[in-house]
Amino acid sequence: MTEPAVSPTLKPLSDHVMILIEAVHKWYGVFHVLKDINLTVRKGERIVVCGPSGSGKSTTIRCINRLEEYQRGRIVVDGQELSNDVKQIERIRREVGMVFQHFNLFPHLTVLENCTLGPVWVRKLPRRQAEEIAMRYLERVRIPEQAGKYPGQLSGGQQQRVAIARSLCMNPKIMLFDEPTSALDPEMIKEVLDTMVALAEDGMTMICVTHEMGFAKTVAHRVIFMDGGEIIEEKPPEEFFTHPESDRTRLFLSQILHH
Amino acid sequence: MAESRVPHSNLPPPASTVGVVGWLRRNLFSSPLNVILTLLAVYLLFVALPPLLRWAFLDASWDGDNRDACRPGGACWVFIRVHFDQFMYGFYPDGQRWRVNAAVLLLILGAAPLFVRAVSSKFKIRLGLGLLIAYPLIAFILLKGGMTGLPVVDTSQWGGLLLTLVIAGVGMTAALPLGVLLALGRRSRLPAIQTLCVTFIELWRGVPLITVLFMSSVMLPLFLPAGMNFDKLLRALIGVTLFQAAYMAEVVRGGLQAIPKGQFEAAAALGLGYWKTMGLIVLPQALKLVIPGIVNTFIALFKDTSLVLIIGLFDLMNIVHNATTNPAWLGFSTEGYIFAAVVYWLFCFGMSRYSQNLEKHLHTGHKR
Ligand SMILES: Nc1ncnc2c1ncn2[C@@H]1O[C@H](COP(=O)(O)OP(=O)(O)O)[C@@H](O)[C@H]1O
Ligand SMILES: [Mg+2]
Repeated sequence: MTEPAVSPTLKPLSDHVMILIEAVHKWYGVFHVLKDINLTVRKGERIVVCGPSGSGKSTTIRCINRLEEYQRGRIVVDGQELSNDVKQIERIRREVGMVFQHFNLFPHLTVLENCTLGPVWVRKLPRRQAEEIAMRYLERVRIPEQAGKYPGQLSGGQQQRVAIARSLCMNPKIMLFDEPTSALDPEMIKEVLDTMVALAEDGMTMICVTHEMGFAKTVAHRVIFMDGGEIIEEKPPEEFFTHPESDRTRLFLSQILHH
Repeated sequence: MAESRVPHSNLPPPASTVGVVGWLRRNLFSSPLNVILTLLAVYLLFVALPPLLRWAFLDASWDGDNRDACRPGGACWVFIRVHFDQFMYGFYPDGQRWRVNAAVLLLILGAAPLFVRAVSSKFKIRLGLGLLIAYPLIAFILLKGGMTGLPVVDTSQWGGLLLTLVIAGVGMTAALPLGVLLALGRRSRLPAIQTLCVTFIELWRGVPLITVLFMSSVMLPLFLPAGMNFDKLLRALIGVTLFQAAYMAEVVRGGLQAIPKGQFEAAAALGLGYWKTMGLIVLPQALKLVIPGIVNTFIALFKDTSLVLIIGLFDLMNIVHNATTNPAWLGFSTEGYIFAAVVYWLFCFGMSRYSQNLEKHLHTGHKR
């Protein structure tokens, strides 16, 4: 487990609800993958989601920007409810950044072009301004010198940092992370986690699926444990790690902390 | 022994694995079977090449303006020389042929910056799109005439290499975008569009081009109101284009399928809509992947243009064939067909080389 270098101060949260997930159910065919998911995330709040593989963590956060459909319940993002309206979905996606396990950078575009694509084509910013913004965020993730390279020429850790910068360039209100460090070699995990901690310090609303428990301890307001498509436990990290309620959580924690 | 460890210096590789000797060993003499095959090939070349060279060059006749200038036993390139203009322009009137040259020159000048490394790709894209839209119009006005005070040259007089290039050029530039649309349609989630595209593709791929051309010239007029005359060349162009678009669609679909789901998801997560996702993310990658397939289809198209002889158009192939049946020049079909083959080969090989360059140029770092 890699401990992030610095710990962000926990500021008092505003009452503004950023994400509201209400009684969401989802089926893949007959397979009931999400069972009555309820979650409220306030502005500036940071949630870490963990749980065994196949428990529905990815599916849950992918519902928030409608990469997955759900059959029952409702999700409201910053006051806008997700519907089947394509324009509405695109509007919401603009405000929600997502970082994937396998980076999903666009290999035919340079790092800089990856970062300016959204601002130019979705936000309709002039290219010059988009490039300024992109360079600012590339500096934030500490790889401005790679701007002219293609993703295939970077290491995994660098690629993931570019992916984070690409999302940030859209100036999102919420960031979703789906196991951002799982595909990385151990020596690269820290550089990505440090970037995420820095983001947390700036007060970004974040939902992060990860098994980096050190990250959860230092950064999260709440840790959510999922199993079998359900939210089993939801607690501040101190409590979650010291007094887990359910046996399943305890089993999971013992596996992940002493592997 | 207590010696301190000295780093091993880099040694040159064994002489037998590099240079000419290494190459010969690896490629020609790597096994007994390869040795036999190599020797056999050398023998065959030794037997076949000298007579061929003697016929085509040493004993060949180059100068003159009728068949008496040709010595027996060697190739009679006089035949090509005399018919050369006809092979290039068909029955395009003599005094007007500068218009064809002008059109070709315009294309070469217009397209030249596309082949220069130093030109920025942004400019290339703009120029390319501009050419794609403007050039066919300009070329048509120039070749057909009628509007700008130029005398009209009916398309039935167009012929030779000119006609081949017109059909191939129009076919390629129209079949590629149409094929892309069909491929996207085939993967569409809207059932109506999907069915339409699948039906179109399967229908056109299921019939030989020769049938398509035949039907366009023999059967189409039966369905049109009497007296309505539809330009023969136009019908051939439409037939060739739709036929090749169906093939192109399947080539492009292969590329679309190779794009990982993560690319669509990353684009969606940024808030890009369908057309922007396709145009900016998916198609640039998919088309790059299938450049070999696209060029393959282009080359097939280029050669398939020769089938228009079935509906009485005089493309390069047909006009060469026509010249060999000229009573004054009977007996020189070998020279004629060799000439046609060389011209076709030059264009197809050129396309092939260009595509290899393009692939190398578009390569962005190693694949993961
Ligand atoms: N496209 C799909 N079709 C059918 N089942 C799926 C699909 N995607 C995921 N699943 C199933 O849904 C469950 C939850 O998946 P996921 O949310 O990816 O789990 P996690 O991210 O917690 O590992 C798993 O059992 C998985 O096999
Ligand atoms: Mg997952």
